[in-house]
Amino acid sequence: MNEDRMDEVLLDSQSVHKSFGRTEALRGASLSVAAGEVVAVTGPSGSGKSTLLLCAAGVLRPESGRVTYAGQDLDELGEAERSRLRRRDFGLVLQFGQLVPEMSAVQNVALPLLLDRHDKASSFTAARGWLERLDALDLADARPGEMSGGESQRIAIARALVSGPRVIFADEPTGALDTVNSERVLQVLLEVSRETSASLVLVTHDNRVAAVADREVILRDGSNELRVGA
Amino acid sequence: MAIGHVLLGILERGPAHGYDLKRTHDERFPSAKPLAFGQVYAGLAKLASDGLVEVAETQQEGGPERTTYAITPAGVETLESWLAAMESAGPYPADELVRKTITSLLRGADTTAFLQRQRATHLAVMRELVASQADVTNAAASIAIDHSISHLDADLRWLETAAERVAADRTRTA
Ligand SMILES: Nc1ncnc2c1ncn2[C@@H]1O[C@H](COP(=O)(O)OP(=O)(O)OP(=O)(O)O)[C@@H](O)[C@H]1O
Ligand SMILES: [Mg+2]
Repeated sequence: MNEDRMDEVLLDSQSVHKSFGRTEALRGASLSVAAGEVVAVTGPSGSGKSTLLLCAAGVLRPESGRVTYAGQDLDELGEAERSRLRRRDFGLVLQFGQLVPEMSAVQNVALPLLLDRHDKASSFTAARGWLERLDALDLADARPGEMSGGESQRIAIARALVSGPRVIFADEPTGALDTVNSERVLQVLLEVSRETSASLVLVTHDNRVAAVADREVILRDGSNELRVGA
Repeated sequence: MAIGHVLLGILERGPAHGYDLKRTHDERFPSAKPLAFGQVYAGLAKLASDGLVEVAETQQEGGPERTTYAITPAGVETLESWLAAMESAGPYPADELVRKTITSLLRGADTTAFLQRQRATHLAVMRELVASQADVTNAAASIAIDHSISHLDADLRWLETAAERVAADRTRTA
């Protein structure tokens, strides 16, 4: 990544607490990401990785703690502003199905642009370009229900990248992929981050993914693992 | 005689001299230590004395003598029976990593710190391997790197499980 941007914190979540009923998913977890930085979030299943990602991306509102993006406190934004921010500045690849089942792959990928009032022709051209980059152009007309898990994962990644995000959040982007496809997807994510100086937050159980990150954040029981020494 | 079999495998594709053998070996097994010429010539001498390879040609045009070797029918047979015998799938003997981790745990020393440092060391190598995987373009080299990555990944998973068990143990006794 670009050295002089290293210290420029773009995304900052501090001491985040989030519960679901009686389950305390996050107990003071923090995640801070510089512009252009690639950060891996790892930790055991249930440690709060997905929840932290959703809080940092402004999808979930934490009970306490502070979540900022480019200096803006997300808690001060209304729902409409938050969703506009997510659409324009963030690319989100969720762990579980987020494609619209009634739409074809190419329509799904074009959707963020169409919602943002880009014209139809250029939105679909861009969508096809991203499908091609992810080796998924042949799936353009398939619907999510007709695709394998790994195929829909690639479509979801194309959709997250189509709007040229400043931050790409990817929850287990290689989770449903075999080794060769994982390598391809990981390379595309890293290339895009390098080309556009987008920050990349990778929640992962895959050590190959964790290894390519600039930094690793380890969660355990809803908080950051204490870094000993280092 | 691991190197001998590898040399036979290369020679089966056609006669070659020592330098070719070294270069092809190093290309085929990018994650292994490059072969030293001494190893190549010692390997060839042994194969020749066992009748598995023979001298095909000796050239000397101004420069140093260049001997080209060819595989013999006995060599092909040896290569085939080597490939036919499956490698044992383990169990693997406890290596230094296991010895250190368990010793550290049983000493009651800071195993978490030990595991974190070890993970960082393993991840750094993983990073190099993933990068080299992106650079190679032939399937054979990719497959050799995959093997190193998979083994490293197994160690990393084991380290993660160890860290989880140590953390759970601490919660239980706290
Ligand atoms: N929407 C929800 N409703 C209720 N509980 C939830 C919800 N989302 C997460 N949880 C709980 O919060 C805890 C943290 O979940 P989270 O999905 O963040 O874990 P994770 O680290 O992403 O795990 P995994 O590696 O399995 O994806 C878990 O105990 C989970 O059961
Ligand atoms: Mg998760």
